[in-house]
Amino acid sequence: MNILKIKNLKKTYHTKESEFLAVDNFSFNLKEGEFVAIVGPSGCGKSTILSILCGLDKPSKGQIIYNKKLDFGYMLQSDNLFDWLNVYKNCILGLEIKKRKNKKYVEKLLKTYGLWEFKDTYPRNLSGGMRQRVSLIRTLATNPDILLLDEPFSALDYQTRLAVSEDVYKIIKKENKSAIMVTHDIGEAISMADRIIVLTDKPSTIKNIYEINLINKSTPIENRKDKKFSYYYDLLWKDIDCHV
Amino acid sequence: MSKEHQKYLKKRKIIDILIRIIQIIIVLIIIAIWQYAADKNYINTFISSSPKNILKTIISLYKNKTLFSHIWITLYEVIISFTIGEIIGITTAAFLWRFNFIYKILDPYLTILNSMPKVSLGPIIIILAGASTKSIIIMALFISVIITTINTHQAFKETDQNKIRLMQSFKATKSQIFFKLILPSNYNNLINTAKVNIGLVFIGVTMGEFLVSKAGIGYLIMYGSQVFDLNLVMTGIILLITLAALMHYIITFIEKNIEFKT
Repeated sequence: MNILKIKNLKKTYHTKESEFLAVDNFSFNLKEGEFVAIVGPSGCGKSTILSILCGLDKPSKGQIIYNKKLDFGYMLQSDNLFDWLNVYKNCILGLEIKKRKNKKYVEKLLKTYGLWEFKDTYPRNLSGGMRQRVSLIRTLATNPDILLLDEPFSALDYQTRLAVSEDVYKIIKKENKSAIMVTHDIGEAISMADRIIVLTDKPSTIKNIYEINLINKSTPIENRKDKKFSYYYDLLWKDIDCHV
Repeated sequence: MSKEHQKYLKKRKIIDILIRIIQIIIVLIIIAIWQYAADKNYINTFISSSPKNILKTIISLYKNKTLFSHIWITLYEVIISFTIGEIIGITTAAFLWRFNFIYKILDPYLTILNSMPKVSLGPIIIILAGASTKSIIIMALFISVIITTINTHQAFKETDQNKIRLMQSFKATKSQIFFKLILPSNYNNLINTAKVNIGLVFIGVTMGEFLVSKAGIGYLIMYGSQVFDLNLVMTGIILLITLAALMHYIITFIEKNIEFKT
């Protein structure tokens, strides 16, 4: 079942010097529980699409249709943890802003994902991977219907990145969330997503949409070993305009 | 704790103590040279005074029971001006952050007011507010508030945009963004601005006391120069230095010991 329909989305940015068409003619539907990745050349309007979806930006044209009132959880590139708050206080930030009282879910998340004993720790004493997990729990705390992930692992080194993407994927699947992830890493997209949208360069329009049907669909690290992984990798690599 | 680490800590502690001792020795040497030069008549004590004379002046001020009243008056004016200045400055900065359009309108006026020598307003302030403590505080506020506002607003404006977007993604209101993000994330900037502010308030209060000439350390200096009692002038300067150092340490102490909690 589609929970989100985007029709002919267009976004133009205006500055003093010029106007800039970031996204044009962007349409797609998101199914419930689906994980969609958006890939494309860096600097194209990938992040714009996420900002529009969660209401930080207004579209210049086009429609976004929800089948019910949807709550979005936005996870940005850097973890953006507040240095002056401990892990627990960081996690309940969204709840406090929305003036919700129920902190049970956050406590459960912290316990399930191995952060409960660090709840009084300040972010500066956490590793990059742990910070990213705290950031995800902060996003999940308000129990959003759809997660928007904006290159969530790009600040991490390669090893941590694999480990954290594995973690995050498991958490998202276990909590049964739909997710849209923007990334420029083809491998990451194939290993995590059910569908991949390839965008063109400036303005971003849809070039192709791929269903990812791996032989044994499992978790990201296992998926990387799948026989069809390299097939999809080649396909996408050729599809993305890469001018060095 | 390993032996090596203990050694390292000990070494660091010794260096810290050494630095303190040298700092104190430097002051003592300066005082000693000053006194020596005065005793040997290398310098004219009528103009440059001497440590002994300054001490005598302080004792005589203490004996006729005016020392602490002058210090207290100056301190009182500084504390009041500093507090009001911080409140007005931070509130105005918050207001300008909230209403960027108004900030853009006021920007050139703030810049001009900031570069104007505020002391020139002195005579007008005295005519309007009378030769009183009120005038001195207004004088100090004129000197400190504008720069506090400009610096604080600048810091507010430079808050990490990604963190603001994060707050917006939770549908935070402007006041939630301000109290949960802008204010706590700028704690260090606020402290630094306060340090600048305390210095400016001292300038303002001293200038005010020069002009009003009724009481306070600024008055002592002014009075001393008028009756050509340079001992009194030097005493006033030393007292001001001591007070300024004291206030600076109080702020540093607050900075080190109070973490911002929301």
